[in-house]
Amino acid sequence: MIGAKSELRIPAKRVSLALRVSRITGLKWLLLFIPLGYIMVLMFFSMFDFFKLSVFNDDGFTLQYLSHIFTTPVYLKVLWLTVKIALIVTFCALIFAYPVAYMLVRTESGLWKKVIFAAVLIPFWISLLVRTYAWTILLQKNGAINKLLLELGIINEPLDLLYNTTGVVIGMTHILLPYMILSLYSVMEGIDQRLLQAAQGMGARPWKAFIQIFLPLSLPGVLAGSLLVFVMGLGYYITPALLGGAGTPMISMLIESNINTTLNWHLASALSLVLFVATLLLLLIALLITRSNPMLKGLE
Amino acid sequence: MALGDSLSISNATKYYKKFKAVDDVNLTVNKGEFLTILGPSGSGKTSLLKLIAGFEELSDGSILLNNLDITKKKPYEREIGMLFQNYALFPHMTVSDNIAYPLRLRKFPKEEIIERVQSILKLVHLEEYGSRYPEQLSGGQQQRVALARAIVFNPPLLLLDEPLGALDKNLRKQMQLEIMQIQEKVGITTISVTHDQEEALVMSDRICVMNNGRIEQVDSPKNIYKHPKNRFVAEFIGEINLIKGEIINITDEITKVKIKDNLTVKIKTDVAQPGIIGKSMLIAIRPENIQIAQESSEFHNTIHAKVLDTIYVGDSVIIQTKAVTGENITVKVPAHMSDSRFDNRDILLGWNHKDACLIFDETQT
Repeated sequence: MIGAKSELRIPAKRVSLALRVSRITGLKWLLLFIPLGYIMVLMFFSMFDFFKLSVFNDDGFTLQYLSHIFTTPVYLKVLWLTVKIALIVTFCALIFAYPVAYMLVRTESGLWKKVIFAAVLIPFWISLLVRTYAWTILLQKNGAINKLLLELGIINEPLDLLYNTTGVVIGMTHILLPYMILSLYSVMEGIDQRLLQAAQGMGARPWKAFIQIFLPLSLPGVLAGSLLVFVMGLGYYITPALLGGAGTPMISMLIESNINTTLNWHLASALSLVLFVATLLLLLIALLITRSNPMLKGLE
Repeated sequence: MALGDSLSISNATKYYKKFKAVDDVNLTVNKGEFLTILGPSGSGKTSLLKLIAGFEELSDGSILLNNLDITKKKPYEREIGMLFQNYALFPHMTVSDNIAYPLRLRKFPKEEIIERVQSILKLVHLEEYGSRYPEQLSGGQQQRVALARAIVFNPPLLLLDEPLGALDKNLRKQMQLEIMQIQEKVGITTISVTHDQEEALVMSDRICVMNNGRIEQVDSPKNIYKHPKNRFVAEFIGEINLIKGEIINITDEITKVKIKDNLTVKIKTDVAQPGIIGKSMLIAIRPENIQIAQESSEFHNTIHAKVLDTIYVGDSVIIQTKAVTGENITVKVPAHMSDSRFDNRDILLGWNHKDACLIFDETQT
């Protein structure tokens, strides 16, 4: 029993209940391990069970499913497309997010800050499915975007924005943008604005101060945000499934069809393992970059 | 290698929305001078510094550096060195790169940058630290780096924003001397902003006392301390006793002031003019200038007072008394000249006429 070894040998004064509870030996460890166990253990058990399927079948250990993935051109193509889309989405999100995050930390008006934050966060509260369907309406042949471009005379016939890579990139960038903005913001917020003033005082024009001082100091945020968006992009399912369709299969869609349609759980597991290992490798590379670069080290 | 330039500020006014942070300030800083702007928080001293640096724009007035109008210049066009309160060292650059930063911006040749960085590191006693990062240095070392960076490009003017605020007491004393030595060696005109009166008294050639956006007095530390121009300056710098009185007559340099129905004191002052006869003024006396008298003939002026409290502060004893005029008077005497016998006793306080000064009593006109 945890409470058995109580050390309440305090002179017969009244000790409050909160104090008594806080004195229970090992309570803080218990409070740490229950949620940790909930997060890690339960998930890992089921996950490893599932991963086992990728290298074990009824005949015992086998690498046939993994080698099948790496020798079948279709699978390699899907893998490459997945990485490509995740990269493009990361890049687009970074380009869009950086100015927004910069404005968030630089603006002195509290109202503006609130407005920008609201604009960034409100989509977060709307269901992913709703947002994705909204994009299908916007992007279709006679959707709002095509109509607008036609009206303005920028294009003569409607663009193919849906059920291809373009549609997937547009939708995923929109959905992952807040993650990028918040990652950048959290780092930029820690940059002392007076450093820019100091640089200007020493003779740096504002853009030079930005390039030489602010940009390098914001790189940890760029790295963190890019990594987050890229990893999330690799495993994204709903948005590419709805906006890309069969024309742009990403790895997650392949896993889904193997589980639900072709019922090849071994192959689904092998694909998941590839995705999982690729993600871990990426995190490792990012860690190594951070370690080796003094500019990114210990600035937060 | 005196490289300082003079700075002259005329009619400088700065509004923040409707709040007048700097109110019609006129100030001239001489070549090579160390001037401290001293004032409580909200007095406009930091705003004034920002105006000089160019981080804020004047609402009205002008600033001349070496007789050139810099009022409209951007901070990066002003060639002014500044030491920030938190040092503002770039965390992603080494000490050397931090110091080289203003030189690189000015496109100095590589060899000269290395040379200058080395010699300035030597000046601030940090030769060995060039390759470290700011976070690896102590507070005092960081400050020296910041100082080196501020003067490495030979600006004609150096601004110090609460330069010693972040340091502990011992280090502060040491850095005070170090900054003074470097400033003297380089000959750079320096303006420092602080709320620490002791720092101002120790470091400055002249002190500019500010309050409510206005300049109250500009003078040497000695004159500021000995001859405060008004009540604010008198009370802001050091401890002071103020006794209300009415001017009754002026002869030569001696002014007679009535402080109670049949009690007058004599003050040696050159500010008194015939016009002030009959006016109510304040007599200002520093606690250390008052002594305990045995009989009234010992000093030019004496006054009876009752001891309320004696406080031992190491090298001296602070005696708090209530004078017959009703005012509380604080006396500071060397520790060996006092003992607890004074408690609750009536004593005679004495001071010589040159040790007090007269200031206008702004509370009544």
